Amino acid sequence: MQLALFIIFGGLALAGAINLLVQKAPIHSALSLVLVMGALAVLFLLLGAEFIAFIQILVYAGAIMVLFVFVIMLLNAQPSEPSRSSRIARWLGPPVAGLLGIILAALVASRYHRVPANMGQPMFQVEAIGNALFHQYLLPFEVTSVLFLVGVAGAVMLASRPDEAAQNAPAGHLAETEAISRKKGAGA
Amino acid sequence: MVVSLADYLVLSALLFALGVAGFLFKKDLITVFISIELMLNGVNLTFVAFSHYLRQNAIDGNLFVFFVMVVAAAEAAVGLAIIIAVVRNRNTLNIDKMDLMKN
Repeated sequence: MQLALFIIFGGLALAGAINLLVQKAPIHSALSLVLVMGALAVLFLLLGAEFIAFIQILVYAGAIMVLFVFVIMLLNAQPSEPSRSSRIARWLGPPVAGLLGIILAALVASRYHRVPANMGQPMFQVEAIGNALFHQYLLPFEVTSVLFLVGVAGAVMLASRPDEAAQNAPAGHLAETEAISRKKGAGA
Repeated sequence: MVVSLADYLVLSALLFALGVAGFLFKKDLITVFISIELMLNGVNLTFVAFSHYLRQNAIDGNLFVFFVMVVAAAEAAVGLAIIIAVVRNRNTLNIDKMDLMKN
């Protein structure tokens, strides 16, 4: 049962990843990444990580990918025209990548094959994660909130229109200098 | 026959390698960014698999994945804002045309 689920959803994740590479339009790549994320969420459930599985669906497939799709639609991203890549990369790239994959797989399969499956008692994972998050990992958790604050500020600043900012800044600057010169004139 | 740790590790290595391939071969700024997310997902699978197979009732791997997701969310927000700014300035998504700092 577990093996069947692993094969089905692992294969689905791989198919989605390959489709991500093959597709030309960014929107199709984004949608195949959603497929990969859904399949991975099922694999997380198989591994006994319910919390991560649900967070994967909610945050990754729900929030982050919606942001991606939103930006793709905002920028009206068309299928990219294939451009000329270097000849060395084209001839040497796939064999080297394949070799790397084979070496990785062989290494992993030889070393970790005899690790027994962990059949511990089922536990209430969300509770344990909450406890760990607010005791053992409290500092990283708080740093996370600072990170989000910086991220929000940076995203707003980067995505705001530059010409609008340019229009506002000199206007304010001019008004200020005018006021200063007026004051000076009044003083004189 | 049960699924072993090696199976999960091979799957996540393949996902990561496909993400690297997308990062290197795609010509589209957004698709390159999507490939980074694919790599992060492959690494997340590794964390959860190790956590499940190697430690008894451990949730540390899950917490690592939690933090990876947090960073990925912040990274996606900032990165997409940068993409919007770049496209507004250069009016293209093709990474070959973004060579302002070349040479």
